[in-house]
Amino acid sequence: MFDNQPLPEKSQLDKLPFLFSGKLLLRKEIALQDEDFQKLLKAKLLIQLKSITKRNFVYQCMRCGNQRPSLFATIPCHRCKNRHLYCRKCIEMGRVLECEPLYEWNGPRPDWTRHLAPSSWDGELTVDQQKAADRMVLAINNQEKELLCWAVCGSGKTEMLFPGITEALKHGKRICIATPRADVVRELRPRIQQAFANVTVQALYGGSDEKEATAQLIIATTHQLLRFKNAFDLLIIDEIDAFPFHADPSLPFAANRARAAQSTMLYLTATPRKEHRVRINQKKLPHTFVPVRFHGHPLPIPVMNMVFSLKRDLKNIQAPVPFLSWVKKRQNSTRQLLIFVPTIRLAEQLQETLATIFLKEQIIIAKDKLLFVHAEDADREEKVNQFRQKELTVLITTTILERGVTFSSVDVAILDAGHEVFDEAALVQIAGRAGRSADDPTGEVIFFHDGKTEAMIQAIQSIKMMNIRGGFA
Amino acid sequence: MMECLWCAKTIILDITWMNLFMPEKPKPLCRECVEQLDQLDGERCKLCSRRSEIEFCLDCIQWNKHATKKTIELNYSIFAYNPFIQAIITKWKYRGDYVLGNIFQSYFQQTFKDTFAFLKKDAIIIPIPLSEERLLERGFNQAKRLAEFLPMETKEILTRIHGEKQSKKTRAERLDSKNPFFMKEKLQKPVVLVDDIYTTGTTLRHAASLLRDNGCPKVYAFTLIRG
Repeated sequence: MFDNQPLPEKSQLDKLPFLFSGKLLLRKEIALQDEDFQKLLKAKLLIQLKSITKRNFVYQCMRCGNQRPSLFATIPCHRCKNRHLYCRKCIEMGRVLECEPLYEWNGPRPDWTRHLAPSSWDGELTVDQQKAADRMVLAINNQEKELLCWAVCGSGKTEMLFPGITEALKHGKRICIATPRADVVRELRPRIQQAFANVTVQALYGGSDEKEATAQLIIATTHQLLRFKNAFDLLIIDEIDAFPFHADPSLPFAANRARAAQSTMLYLTATPRKEHRVRINQKKLPHTFVPVRFHGHPLPIPVMNMVFSLKRDLKNIQAPVPFLSWVKKRQNSTRQLLIFVPTIRLAEQLQETLATIFLKEQIIIAKDKLLFVHAEDADREEKVNQFRQKELTVLITTTILERGVTFSSVDVAILDAGHEVFDEAALVQIAGRAGRSADDPTGEVIFFHDGKTEAMIQAIQSIKMMNIRGGFA
Repeated sequence: MMECLWCAKTIILDITWMNLFMPEKPKPLCRECVEQLDQLDGERCKLCSRRSEIEFCLDCIQWNKHATKKTIELNYSIFAYNPFIQAIITKWKYRGDYVLGNIFQSYFQQTFKDTFAFLKKDAIIIPIPLSEERLLERGFNQAKRLAEFLPMETKEILTRIHGEKQSKKTRAERLDSKNPFFMKEKLQKPVVLVDDIYTTGTTLRHAASLLRDNGCPKVYAFTLIRG
């Protein structure tokens, strides 16, 4: 097979499927000496694919699926001495040049371990959780193509996944949990590893230490799916409705490519987008619904509060009066306060104003008990942790904290809830931050606005709907 | 329709009587992105372009005291280093998004015209080279791209041996490093060296020192960013 010059050693050869199978790689992502690399090519164990193709006058990057003309550019390439295209869309993951192919493993698929009893989780599921979990196990065993799990905020969806993952591991399947945010990947990794103590688990995100992606169970940001092809027997897409999966066409493209031919795709969401709801109603997308939170209490229903002077107040960096009076007479003043604002700038500007007022009103004991956080904040992880540990009393945030985070006892306010960043899904998610623990299963959610929007009405209606489906009439 | 090269937002032009009759050149960046660039204006050190209230900054005074020979006459930079331009440079040269270089074209041309007008026609532009290995890795040389924007003769007569990236070294290591450059041919004309960033100036001084040893009467440096 190798012209009598055996490639690396036999033992190493056995490892190759684990290293390369299911991936779509650039040459520089393949950690082999050129000599060994050429042998694999010659033996057709690795095959080449064109990296940028042209069809009907439209170019497409074969790694990320990009077709937008403005996200291609040309470069006078020093390697091939020609001027040719490269893809700008996925450049953060290593540049795809027209003159360099992508490589794909063409040898045997790896034999993943069939774990007899992979689960080391000793928790228990509620009746509603168990129902959804059973449905997922069924889908995995029947190799159903897709299943959407619609579970309200705070229903404990990570735990609901454990029986399905256990089942897949028993059958020697390879699994990926893809989620939009690196924060969530970092948070999930220890939880998953603890629940499956003897299974190799790797976390992949931009800047992660683990880069090889050789584990049977992978937790990754959705962007990392771009590196895979025909890889996963069970692909779980968390927060299918969230930015950027919802906004970026290259991510569904990558997810569909990353799954194996005979595989199951599970979507998780608390707030399905219209396209999914339509497919559910047409009975084209099988789904399972979890309408009750794990602690059995209904979802807090947001209250709208009209503030005529809202835009002017925010422009002058003043706290709206109705907002202040609400803060002062909350039902339970020991709860922490989470304040959502539409822009980073506003979060930054309001910090000083609110800290001063809150200190005077004795809502906080010192000015540094109120901070703000946003996506580009270098201390974001630390601030969120401080808030979680209750070292902070008030946190002003942009939509980055709308989902995926749990604080045990908070009241939630949105300033300018009518702003376009707060769409229906965002509002439902934000409302879902309140009342998440069994010790304090309620919480107030107030939308401060200067004109109702369709999104606000729909969000409140859909929360009420879920409570009704959950048996709270 | 134009899209901002950096944030990919659509650029909307305000229509005025002026641009209605005389269409402006397409802009590479939207207004929000332009505002985040920190253009060096006001007082600066006459030798190294650092923002400075005094004519020569303390570093340059110090440097001149200890210098054994003359290297560059001066360095002129356009932007101060800030996180925004750092992100652009990182994506441009390390990720290799070649087209981002176009962001700097008009700044580079205009500033050159305003600043180096005193040069005679015979001056030569020389971009700081990359080593062959680095060039293969990146696919292009960002300094050469900048040099291409300038309306004067460019000669690539310097070569560079492979070493660690300047950006990975400490200040002391940089100041102490060996000259990594070689010259392919002699040149007896004034030179403007072009590079993307001036940090300690060591790279440019190494190149200038070699050029002067080989016959260049004067060497200037023109860089995009004063680090």
